[in-house]
Amino acid sequence: MQLSTRNLLGIKDLSSSDISLILQTAEQFKEVLQRPVKKVPSLRDVTIVNLFYENSTRTRFSFELAEKRLSADVINFSASASSVSKGETLLDTVNNILSMKVDMVVMRHSASGAPHFLAKHIPAAIVNAGDGINEHPTQALLDAFSIKEKIGKLEGTKVAIIGDIMHSRVAQSNIYLLKKMGADVTVCGPPTLIPKYIKEALDVKVNYNLKETLQWCDVANVLRIQLERQNQVLFSSLREYSLAYGINKKLLDSLQKNIVIMHPGPMNRGVEIDSDVADSNQSIILQQVENGVAVRMAVLYLLAGRSSESN
Amino acid sequence: MAITIKRLAHQVLENHINLKNTVIIGIQPRGVFLSDKIVEEIKKELPDTTIGYGKLDITFYRDDIRKELHIANRTDIPFSIEGKNVVLIDDVLYTGRTTRAALDALLDFGRPEKVELCVLIDRRFSRQLPIQPDYVGKSIDSIISQKVKVEWDKKEVVLY
Repeated sequence: MQLSTRNLLGIKDLSSSDISLILQTAEQFKEVLQRPVKKVPSLRDVTIVNLFYENSTRTRFSFELAEKRLSADVINFSASASSVSKGETLLDTVNNILSMKVDMVVMRHSASGAPHFLAKHIPAAIVNAGDGINEHPTQALLDAFSIKEKIGKLEGTKVAIIGDIMHSRVAQSNIYLLKKMGADVTVCGPPTLIPKYIKEALDVKVNYNLKETLQWCDVANVLRIQLERQNQVLFSSLREYSLAYGINKKLLDSLQKNIVIMHPGPMNRGVEIDSDVADSNQSIILQQVENGVAVRMAVLYLLAGRSSESN
Repeated sequence: MAITIKRLAHQVLENHINLKNTVIIGIQPRGVFLSDKIVEEIKKELPDTTIGYGKLDITFYRDDIRKELHIANRTDIPFSIEGKNVVLIDDVLYTGRTTRAALDALLDFGRPEKVELCVLIDRRFSRQLPIQPDYVGKSIDSIISQKVKVEWDKKEVVLY
């Protein structure tokens, strides 16, 4: 058993058995992270560069921890503190780094398709850590891992994705993954933040009513409004958005069931989610972050095993 | 084969009376077949004793990830091994590399007083590392190109 691909560019390229393999391996790494020594020597001779062209807290720390706990050598790069500000192109930057014998590249970039472009030009394995409004595959994998851990299965589970679907790479990766694994997906948000043909293109349900959607689902994945990617007015104000689509305790208590609340972070408390929901025992937001390290260890481990065969 | 397993269990007991400070750890995946049976034998002998029994997966400690990707199994060691006598159990001892990885993995859980190795089959002339078993079911003289497989359901050892 091994992955069918040598890069992780998006969930779109993975088969359902790839996804199962990653989730199953992540379970074993989660056990490693409970040990007295939370480190294994698997990637001792592998060097990984973390190339972050866009800001990040969770994803960057999570990848770095995952790499260190696999005993890989790690170099960190952030665009603002590098020669990118002197005008160096993406390909030149990466080729210069690779000439120092680097085996894998973890990249976040604000342009959709940047890692796909890189994959055509360089021999190192690439892990997409988020590209523009396209995909964020490791987030979708850790979300799926957390749902499976909490509910027990993905198949048949009803998942609602709520908020700025239009500009969210997390939403897109989650939809691809959940559909491949047989889950039932509804997207919910203001009509201006939901792509027009999403029902036909990605085979999901659309509901503009928050309460109905929450009443239907087992799990609600709440997303942030991506103001930095919006260049026109799509809703009147954050307060208005919060009134119609913000999730608060009163709303959850009015449902006839207990649903699981997820959020990929960073949260805007008081906008899409209220503090009394985010910190409640229905929320698994911090478990998501914890699982992120195990899932990323699984991805790096499986890709390192794969890329070594071609050498 | 049942008699051999019984003998191994008794030899372990002989050296670790009442298993007071001793724990048993099977190596995943195939060593666990043997360790399950040995623990079962010991329970028959000492029905009132609780036996510290764990399972160890060594996939992430292998030295051949660059050659071949292995899929990990569950590690389950629900007790501390600090200061304990550990009996490691595997089905076939061949090059010694699995045992080397198991020792590395084990030491990440604590510092045992002593570690012993118990195997069903010892391919005694094909070692690549200085590792010897303390309890041996059967010794087999085989050459590198041959393979040894323990078929638990048929209760036999196949050489091919």
